[in-house]
Amino acid sequence: MTQKLTRPGTSRGAEPGPGTGAPDPKRRGDRVFRGFAMGAGILILVILALVAAFLLIQGSPALFADPAKLISQGYGEFLPWVLPYAFGTVWAAILALVLAVPVAVGIALFISHYSPRRLAQPLGYVIDLLAAVPSVVFGLWGSLVLAPAARPLYEWLSANLGFIPLFSGTVSGTGRTIFTAAIVLATMVLPIITSMCREVFLQAPRLHEEAALALGATRWEMVKMAVFPFARPGIIAAVMLGLGRALGETMAVTMVLSGTRNITFELLTSENPNTIAATVAQNFPEAFGLKTSQLIAAGLVLFLITLVVNMIARWIVSRRAEFSGAN
Amino acid sequence: MSKRIETTDLNVYYSDFRAVEDVTITIQPRAITAFIGPSGCGKSTFLRTLNRMHEVIPGARVEGEVLLDGENLYGAGVDPVRVRRQVGMVFQRPNPFPTMSIRENVLAGIKLNFSRMPKGEQDDLVERSLRSANLWEEVKNRLGLPGSGLSGGQQQRRCIARAIAMAPAVLLMDEPCSALDPISTLAIEDLMSELKEKYTIVIVTHNMQQAARVSDTTAFFNIAGTGSPGRLIESGPTDKIFSTPDVQATEDYISGRFG
Ligand SMILES: Nc1ncnc2c1ncn2[C@@H]1O[C@H](COP(=O)(O)OP(=O)(O)OP(=O)(O)O)[C@@H](O)[C@H]1O
Ligand SMILES: [Mg+2]
Repeated sequence: MTQKLTRPGTSRGAEPGPGTGAPDPKRRGDRVFRGFAMGAGILILVILALVAAFLLIQGSPALFADPAKLISQGYGEFLPWVLPYAFGTVWAAILALVLAVPVAVGIALFISHYSPRRLAQPLGYVIDLLAAVPSVVFGLWGSLVLAPAARPLYEWLSANLGFIPLFSGTVSGTGRTIFTAAIVLATMVLPIITSMCREVFLQAPRLHEEAALALGATRWEMVKMAVFPFARPGIIAAVMLGLGRALGETMAVTMVLSGTRNITFELLTSENPNTIAATVAQNFPEAFGLKTSQLIAAGLVLFLITLVVNMIARWIVSRRAEFSGAN
Repeated sequence: MSKRIETTDLNVYYSDFRAVEDVTITIQPRAITAFIGPSGCGKSTFLRTLNRMHEVIPGARVEGEVLLDGENLYGAGVDPVRVRRQVGMVFQRPNPFPTMSIRENVLAGIKLNFSRMPKGEQDDLVERSLRSANLWEEVKNRLGLPGSGLSGGQQQRRCIARAIAMAPAVLLMDEPCSALDPISTLAIEDLMSELKEKYTIVIVTHNMQQAARVSDTTAFFNIAGTGSPGRLIESGPTDKIFSTPDVQATEDYISGRFG
C-alpha cells in the first residue's frame, strides 16, 4: 500500500502493485473469456442433453408400448424391428470405413510426406472441395452413375470370388447394393479423414523424423517410426469422426439403397439391410402417432450407437497414453 | 571402425542461398574434431552434409565431394540411407522416439538393418551400447519403459547409445550438450573421450572450454556478414588454435573479442 507503482496516466498497461486492490483490466478480459468458454462448454452439454431428452420423451410411447399395440399400430415389435436397421447402419458404416481409411491415410501421407509441394497444395484443396459436395449430389451420383457402372464388377466378383460369403448370392440387377452405398459413404467420409490425417501427419515432430532418417531409415521406415506412432491418436480420432458421419448419413443411403429389413453379410444382392437413418427418412413423411414415436425411438438407438462408438474411440486413444507422442 | 573424412571445395545451398562456401578440410579418424564459430556461420549445415542429412530439407543441395576413407558420399549411385547407417548423428535436442521403450530406442537403427537379429544378441547389444553411453546402470531396471522420465542428460546419452548401437564409422554431434547441465555435460565429454578410441567424432559447440577440453582438432568457421556464406577460416590442432592461431579473426573469436 505504501508503494505506488503505477502513476496516473500510465496505469492502463502496467501491472498494479501488490495489494493495491484495483481491478486489472487484463484480468477482467481473462474472466470474461473464461466465462464465455465455460458457457460454450456448458451449452454443448445442454444441447446434447436436450436432444437425448427429446428422443427419450418422444420415443418412449413406442419403447414402452404393448408389443401387440406396436404390431397393429406401429411397425411391429420394437427390438426385432429395429435390430436389422441397427445392423445395417453399423455394417454400412464399417464397410465404408474399410474402403475409405486406407485410401484416406494414403492420400494424407502422400500430401504430407511424399508429393512435391507444388502438387500437395492443389491436392489438398481438391480433397477439401470433396467435403463441400452436398450429400444429395452423392446420392444422385451413387444411384445414377455408380450403381450401373459397378454392376459388371459385381458380376465378376460374384463369378470369381463367389465362394467368399461376402460375394455370394444373386447379383442385384440394378447394382444398388449395400456395397454401392458403402462406396458412396466412403467417398463422403474420405475428405474428413484425409484432411484430419494430413494435419496430424504434418505435425509429426521434425526432430523425430530426422532422428529416424539419421539412423538410416528409408522414407517409409521413417513414416513408420516417427510419423505413425505420433499420429495414431489423431488417425483414430479421424476415423471415428468419419464413422460418426457414415453412421448418421441419410440422404445418400436413402437414394442409393432400396433396403429391406434383412440381416445379411452378402454385399451384392438385391436384398440389402437398410440403415436407421434412411429408414427414418423414408417413413417419416407418412408416419403418425405410434409410428412416429417408433421412428424417433429408432433415432435414439442411432444416437446410442454413435455415443458408444465415440466412447470406444476415447478408450482406444487413452489406452496407451503413456507411450503417446505427447510426452 | 573409424574412418577419415575429407571434403574438397564443398558448397552447401538452401535453394539459391549459399550457406557454406568452399570448405576443404580433413577430419582425422580416432580423434575429436570440434567446429566452432559464431551463430549462423553454417556449422550445423556443414555437419549435416557429412551424413547426407542436409538434403532432406526441401530445396537443399550440396556441390563438391565428401570422401569417407576415399569413397565419395555424393558419388553417383551412393544411397544416402547407406551413408547414414555408417555416419551416426546426435542432435542438439535429445530426440528419442517417445512411443518406444528405452530398449526399443537403442535397437531402433538395428531393426532397420538386420531385423532378424536373435534376441540374445539384441540383449547384448542393448547392454553394450548403454554401457558405452554410461547409461546402463541408471536404466537397466527399466529397459521396457518408455523412459520419458529420464533427465535431459540421460535422454541425450540414450540417443548416443542409439547412434553407437549401429557401430557407425563416424559420430556427428551438433551441440549435444547445449541443453544440459554442467554435470551431464561432463558425463558426455568423458563419454566422447572414450568413444574416440573407436569412432571418428565431430562435434559442433559454442562452448570454448568444451572445445579446448575434449577436441584434438579445432576448425573455426566464420561469416563476413548476414547473407554471405560461411567459410572455414582455419583448422588445426586444438592447442595451436587456442594459443597461436594463424588468423586474427580466430584469435578474436576465441578470446571473446568478436564482432
Ligand atoms: N532450413 C533452412 N533453410 C534456409 N536457410 C537455412 C536453413 N537452415 C539454416 N539456414 C541458414 O543457413 C545459415 C547457416 O545456418 P546453420 O544453422 O548451419 O548455422 P550454425 O553455424 O549451425 O548456427 P548456430 O550456431 O546458431 O547453430 C544461416 O544463415 C541460416 O539462416
Ligand atoms: Mg547449429
